[in-house]
Parts: sequence; C-alpha cells; structure tokens
Amino acid sequence: MSILAPVALLGRSVLELLASIGRVSIYTGQAISHLFRPPFYPREFLNALIQIGWLSLPVVGLTALFTGGALALQIYAGGSRFQAESVVPSIVAIGMVRELGPVLGGLMVAARVASSIAAEIGTMKVTEQIDALTTLSTNPMKYLTLPRLLAATLSVPILVAVGDSIGVFGGYLIGVTRLGFNPATYIENTINYLELWDVLSGLVKGAAFGFIVALMGCYHGMNSDRGAQGVGHATKSAVVSASVLILAANYILTEAFFSS
Amino acid sequence: MITLTDVHKSFGSKRVLQGLTLDVPKGQSLVVIGGSGTGKSVLLKCVLGLVTPDSGQITVDDQPLDRTTREAFLEKFGMLFQGGALFDSLPVWQNVAFRLLRGTLKRPKAEARDIAIEKLRRVGLSPETAYLFPAELSGGMQKRVSLARAICANPNIIFFDEPTTGLDPIMSGVINDLIREIVAEMGATAITITHDMTSVRAIADQVAMLHDGKIRWVGPVGDIDTSQDPYVDQFINGRAEGPIEAVR
Repeated sequence: MSILAPVALLGRSVLELLASIGRVSIYTGQAISHLFRPPFYPREFLNALIQIGWLSLPVVGLTALFTGGALALQIYAGGSRFQAESVVPSIVAIGMVRELGPVLGGLMVAARVASSIAAEIGTMKVTEQIDALTTLSTNPMKYLTLPRLLAATLSVPILVAVGDSIGVFGGYLIGVTRLGFNPATYIENTINYLELWDVLSGLVKGAAFGFIVALMGCYHGMNSDRGAQGVGHATKSAVVSASVLILAANYILTEAFFSS
Repeated sequence: MITLTDVHKSFGSKRVLQGLTLDVPKGQSLVVIGGSGTGKSVLLKCVLGLVTPDSGQITVDDQPLDRTTREAFLEKFGMLFQGGALFDSLPVWQNVAFRLLRGTLKRPKAEARDIAIEKLRRVGLSPETAYLFPAELSGGMQKRVSLARAICANPNIIFFDEPTTGLDPIMSGVINDLIREIVAEMGATAITITHDMTSVRAIADQVAMLHDGKIRWVGPVGDIDTSQDPYVDQFINGRAEGPIEAVR
C-alpha cells in the first residue's frame, strides 16, 4: 500500500462530500425555483399535510409529554442542590420551547417522515413510476417534491407548538403530582418567565427542520439505486442525513438567535 | 415521423448507443429487437428526454426535440411500461385518467372518470376494476390498465416497453392483439421494444435489430425470416451459436 493512500482516501472522501453538497444544493435550488411557477398540485399538498403533519402528531405529542416530565424531575433534582427547586416551571418551559420541543420534534419527524418519503419515492423510481410521471407531462419535482417540502415546512412548526404545549403540560403534571408544586404557582411561573421570542424561535427552528426532513427524504428517494437494497440505502441515508442536519441547523440557529 | 440520427450515449466507460440512426414513419408500428443490454430502453429514454444523448439528433416531424418541443411532444404521447408503472396510491381510474385530471388536458372529474372507464372497457376490463388499487390486480390486468392509461388522451405516438414480459402466452396474445388493434384504429406511430418474437410478428409493420449500439438490420416484418443477416437469424431463431455472444 502506498504511503499516500490515506491522504488519497481522505481527499476522495472530501471530494465526494463536496459533490454531495453541490448535488443537494442544486436539487434545493430546482425545488425552490418551482415554488412560484404553475402548475400547482393542491391535492398532493393536502395529502402531504395529512401524512407529515397530522399523522406525526401522536409520536411528537408522546415524545414531548415524557420529555417534559423527565425534564421537571431532572431540574428539580439538580436545583435542590442549591435550593433552586422553584425554577422548575420556568426552565421546563424555556427548555421545551427553545430546544427540546423543536429538536426532538424534528428528530421524531425525521425518523417517521424522511424514511417514509425516501422509501415511497425510491420505490416509485425503481418501478419506473417517476419516468411514467414525466411521460404523462407531469414534472416529478413539482408533483412529488414541492408539495412535501411545503407541507413539512408549514406543518412541523405547528407540530412543534403542539409538542411545546404538551411538554410544558408534562412538566406541570409531574411538578404538581410528584414534586409538590402548587398548580396556580406553577402556571404563573411558567407564564411569567416565558418570552414571546422563546416560542417564536422554536417555531422558526421547526420550519427549518421540516424543510430539511422533506428535502432529505425527497432527495435520497429521487436518487435511490435500483432494487430493494437501493431503496433501503436511500431510506437510511435520508434519516441519518436529516437527523445530522437538524442538529447542525439547531446549533447554527441557536447561535444566530441567542449568542448575544 | 420520429428520426434519430447518429445518436451516441455512454454510461461511464460503457458505450451503449454508438451512432444509432433510425426513422419511424408516421402511422407505422416499429418493433426494435435485440439482446438484453444492447440499449433498447436507452433508445426510448433518449427520445423521452429521460436520458440525454452525448451526441446526435432526435427529431419529431422534423422538429429537433429540445426542452420546449419535448413538452409539446409528450402532450400527444403515451407509453406502456414494462412493469406497468402504475401509481400505487391512486385507484385504477385515476391512474388511467391521470392526464385528464391535471395539466392542460384537465377536465371535470366525472367526465375524466367516464373516459377512464371507457378506455378500461376498450382493453377488456370491467367498470368495477376502475375502483380497485393497482396492488389488487394481476400482472396481466396491470398491463391492460397501463395500456388504457397510455391511450387515454388519444396520443399520436405510443411506446411499448416489453409489453408481454412476465405474462402467460394467452395473456401475451391478448395484449399483442390489443396493441395491434389500438395502434391501427388510432393511426398512431408506435415503437415497441421486445424480446418476444410472437409479439414482433403480431405488432410490427417494420422491425429493427439493435446490436452493439447500432441498428444492424431494418425491414418489413414479412422479410425478417429471409433477412440473410446472421445476427437477425440467430436472434429470431434463439440459437446460442452465432455472431451474437451468448454471454455478454
């Protein structure tokens, strides 16, 4: 083996990564360029709203409920070390709406939706349904990608808002039943310390995460290789890339919103 | 008339089309035969714009096919895919009437459904089939639904990709007869790619043999048995020995 082999391997990996970024960027640009040009497919958009938004509600809600409860327990245990148990309501609320609501909601949607979109579009590709769309004078980007992108970008913030509320309720439930908080005081502390921007920043994150989830699902589905293995690989890549990008985007947005 | 002139297409180091030239006169049914992996599907995909040729020209009615003219070309085009390529999420009638429910040919839902049911009847399927989903149909029924979809908007040009693959001989005969009848009654220009010599004899006016990325032989279907071309002879008689390598 040549002494330069590791360097060549590293170089090849970097080039492949850059090429992938380029391909995803071009795909994103093409998708956005169709946003304002007819024809539009409202039925596909509504269907995607139901599939991505409505049907993700149980999983996002349950995740938020348990996370809110666990967060209350953790903050209470940590706060009791320096007699700061009273911060539980405010920290649960701020933690949920700024970070845990959007991030965990985004990750759960990534697991549920990115995989399903990639598998569906990947299967359509290997069974020539995408080619069939083209021969039926229907642009696959407009018919398949754009409705899903729009639906995810609009519905994930709503999911995040619902998840935030359920998460805060989870904290309230544990706070009142297990940690001895007065219900009225808990609610008062939650409201008093929560600012509008805390909520809005989480919703903006939700929109960005929704876009990422649908984009990765569609991109990997459209570029799926042949056969069951190809579709399986596309599905796995969609979930992994969406999850990593959500975490990276979360850091960047948090830095942009709150670094000062 | 569809004309391909000196079309080249490679995938990496694999040269699939190597100067393919072919004319398909208006109203004719041309069947392209050739071994697996010789580029028959790539030929169709080049015409459809699903694959971009490296060089060469493709024209329809003397108009070069570019982005704009291809859209107009696809408006009057239908295709039966090898596996049917029906949309799983839509019931049969919406698959058949896909063009009529959206785009420039859009019309009221009830009218589109009536047309779809009429086309289903034309390919020998009952109106009840219209409300089933593709997964509930047998392979032969899926092919017929795909055929109904291909003819739903009365196209001038129809492509058939391996129309009888995976079907039993009786169902193959039914599909071949349907294709022949429909192409004749619509006066459409048709290109079919197939390995099935029964289909060739049933469907074709003209036959073209594709080998090594070029058209090896082209002629009327009646001349195929007397072509004197060793490649055509080997292919139509299914012999392992001959100029075409059995292992590619």
